[in-house]
Formats: sequence, C-alpha cells, structure tokens
Amino acid sequence: MGKASLTISEVRDMMLAAADKIIESEPILTDADRALGDGDHGVGMERGMTAVKEALAGKDFPSAGKVFVAVGTAMMSSMGGASGAIFGTLFRSGGKAVGEGDAFTAKELAALLREGTDQVMARGGAKPGDKTMVDALVPAADKAAEVATLPLDEALAAVAEAAAAGRDASEGMIATMGRAKTLGENSLGKPDAGAVSVSIIVAAMRDYAAA
Amino acid sequence: MKKLINNPLKVADELVEGLVEAYNGECRHVGTRSIVKNDIPDGKVALLVGGGSGHEPIYHGLVGRNLADGAACGDIFAAPPPNIVFEATEAVNRGKGVLYLYGNYAGDVLNFDLGAELASDEDIEVRTILIWDDVCSAPPTEKKNRRGIAGLVPIVKIAGAASQSAASLDELEALAKKAVLQTRSVGVSMSPGSIPATGKPTFDIDEDKIGLGMGIHGEPGVGEIPMATADDLSVQMLDLIFADFEKDEEVAALAPGDEILLFVNSLGATTMMELLIALRKAKAVLVERGIRVHDVIVGPLVTCQEMAGISFSITRLDEELKKYWEMPCQSVCFSKMEGRYGG
Repeated sequence: MGKASLTISEVRDMMLAAADKIIESEPILTDADRALGDGDHGVGMERGMTAVKEALAGKDFPSAGKVFVAVGTAMMSSMGGASGAIFGTLFRSGGKAVGEGDAFTAKELAALLREGTDQVMARGGAKPGDKTMVDALVPAADKAAEVATLPLDEALAAVAEAAAAGRDASEGMIATMGRAKTLGENSLGKPDAGAVSVSIIVAAMRDYAAA
Repeated sequence: MKKLINNPLKVADELVEGLVEAYNGECRHVGTRSIVKNDIPDGKVALLVGGGSGHEPIYHGLVGRNLADGAACGDIFAAPPPNIVFEATEAVNRGKGVLYLYGNYAGDVLNFDLGAELASDEDIEVRTILIWDDVCSAPPTEKKNRRGIAGLVPIVKIAGAASQSAASLDELEALAKKAVLQTRSVGVSMSPGSIPATGKPTFDIDEDKIGLGMGIHGEPGVGEIPMATADDLSVQMLDLIFADFEKDEEVAALAPGDEILLFVNSLGATTMMELLIALRKAKAVLVERGIRVHDVIVGPLVTCQEMAGISFSITRLDEELKKYWEMPCQSVCFSKMEGRYGG
C-alpha cells in the first residue's frame, strides 16, 4: 500500500534509504565516472551519503524542508569536488523551497525539484543537453510539476521514470562541461555519472513511498 | 595496486597530518583540512592556494617561506568543500584581503566561489586568479576552458614572493595574472595512476601508446600517439608550447633572446633518469632556437599517484617576474636559494 504523503520522520527515513542505496551503488557510479571523468564520483557520493546518514539518523527535524537542507549541507561539507557543491545546492535550495510544513506531498516534491534544479543550473552553468545531472533533473522536475496533484507514491513513480529516461538520454549526448568535456564525441554511448546518481536517489524515494 | 595506507577514506586527512609534521613548526593544521603558515605578518596581502589531494607535493606542499600563506585541501582528486576554503581564508587573512590562486577545474571554481561568498559575509575581500596553463585542453582563445597543471609551481613561487611586499590585493592580483599569462605547459601520460579508495586506475591506455596532452587526472588531450623516444617526445611537446605562444594574441611569440624558466615534471612513476634525458633534449632545442633558459626546475612536483608521464612548463620572464623568481623560498614541495641555480 503506497503513501499519499509523508510525515517529517518518514521524509527523514526516505532520505536515509536513498543514502543507503547510493552507498550500495558505489561500484556502479565509480565505473560510470571512470568511463568519462576521473573515476572519483562513486567514492565522493559514498562519502557524502555517509555524512548524510550521520546528520539524519535518529534526529528530529522541525519541517520536511529542513530534512532536505540537512542532506544538502552534509553533502556540500563532506564531499568537495563539483559534485559536493552541486548536490549540496540541489538539496539546500530545494529544501528551502519545500517550506516549513509538516507534510510532504507531491506539491512539495515539485517545489523541491524545481527550485533545486534551477539553482543547480544557475550555480554550475549547465543546461539540458550538456550531459550532466541536469539531464536527469530537468525531466524529473518537469514531470513533478505535471503530477503535483497526485498522491505522492504515484507522483514519485512518474518522476522516477522521467529521471531514468533522462539518464538514458544522456548516453546520446556529447559532454560539454566538467572533466568529460575534453572527450568530445568519445563521450557518446555512456550515461553521465551525476545523472545516474540522480536517478538512483529518485528511485529510492519512489521505493520508500511505494512500500 | 599496492598502497601503503590505512583507512582508504582517510587518506587525505592522514597525509595532511603527516605534512604538518614535515613542516616541523613552520605550518599548522587548521579546521577540517587546511594548512596555514604560522608567522603571517599583520597587514600582509594573503595568498591562498588549494585543490584536491593526491597530487603531492602540490598544492599544500607549496605553503611556506616566500610562498603561499595557506592551502585548502580537498579529498583525493576532489576540490575542497566551501567550509574548508572558508576556514583557510579566515586563517590567512591579515586585513588586506586574500588572493585565491588555483587550477581551473569546475569543482574547484564552484567550491572556492562558495568559500569566497562565506568570506564576504565576514567582510574578507577575496580575488581569484585561475591557473590555466595546459595548452592541450583548449585553444588560446578559450583559456577559461583550459586546465591548470604543472605550471602552477613557477606561478605560485612567483606570486608567493610578490605577496611578501605587495602593497595591495590589486597589485598581487595583477602580478599573478601576468605569471599565468606567461606560463604554458604540455603533459603526456604513458600509464595511469589509481584512486587510493578504489584501487582502480583513473583511465586505460594501450601499452604501446602515449596520451599526448593528457591532464593530471588522465583527461584526454590532443590524442593518443605511438610510444616514442624521449628525444622525439620532447621535441613534440616543446613544439606545442611554441605554437601556443605564437597563436595566442594575448602574448608575443617566443623569440630569440627571450628568458624563460623550464620546469620538467614527473607525474609520479616516471623516474628522475627519464626526466633528465628529456631535460637534456629540451635544453638543446631551446638553445637552438635562441631561447635563454634562466633557470630549471626538475622533479616529481605535480603528480597523480603512480601515473607515468611527464610535463614541460615554460614561464617567460620579464624583469619583474625574474626579480620574484630569484627570491629564495622554502617549503616541503619546493625550495631554492637566492638568485638562479649555478648563478
């Protein structure tokens, strides 16, 4: 039986589940980044999500938004690298947009993804098609806006599908940002590691809401 | 790959702890992972460097006498997060502002910019000069897309010397900008380094191939060429540097009579024997072209673990850059006496 909305402590547990999923996926992320970057994305995400677990486990938060801000702060201050600054911005900015309410519905999900994605693009300078995590985020945020009135579990199912499609689409793009940009056309055929991470996080959120 | 480490995720922290011991009282550990000089005078314009760890002895080995005042240290091959940049900024600031001088990578720019925002909240003035000396990473019209590689050593050395007497942040910024503009590097790689936490190589390359123009993390450059002799490769690398000075409208072509510094760097596994063989050929080519080699740096200073590879960096000197080059300096990474070697 899926969840139509989440309480604050359920939001926390959902992000703890997402953190576990990323830590478990370290070898996949390492391989994805080795193909296009310098191979450190998996270890960086593992470090960031380990810090997220320390920041979240057993803690009470005053609002759903503050859970996401805590996720972003933990990632930004523990990971370093472009990923730390960008994932930190995603969750910190997105969390602030979720607001101070105590329920997390599809409406808050849409706010999280829209503001988070906009700030990631402003900070990092990437736009759709550059073969970055933005290529998973933008379709996810667009889909979230479309399904903002559905129950959360149904909305997350649609959003996770959009993020996965965005990740797959990044395989057909030529990198123009970050360390992969010097590969040019040789970057074709492989997904962006950041887009893979986004799709894993959203899928873990979907699985939590579906249970 | 056999690695002499403890917890793979603590490599950067533990190497910085060791570095503080190597500094033997000259520098101290600050905050999460910064190294800061102990005797920065009041009113000094501060120079802060930094970047990912794993490339030792840079960047954090370049803190010292007449060099940088501090370094913000990231994890292995990852930029330092904003809180580390900020803690280092606060610790080196003496009221005259702080110049950030580091290699141009997306992660470093994002995190140092966020660190500068935190510093600005505390009324610390920060300026940034990016090091983009790798001529194989983008054409001279697109310097913003160029990577920072081994050229950082002469650049930080010169800026560190200038920072001792710089009257203002403006003055130091202008000097560092000039040093960056006159410094060009070309690197090649023969085999990859590895990431300590995963043990995996950072890239793959065939046994009989060399990555010409490859970056210090294994980023592709001009392309793969067949394995060559030291002499052939040295000529090709210098040709790329000469061509870049010639193509770049912001600088004059390298011409007979020009005075330069020549830096021959090992990426880690390439031995001093190989560096010296390459240096021998490089010097001969430069002399033949009428270039005056004022001083030479040789050694593994900008590395990527056990990556086999070599880079040449050339810094063209004018009277001002030469004056700051000739000042003595001392650090774990690089030390020199006053003047020029043999001089």
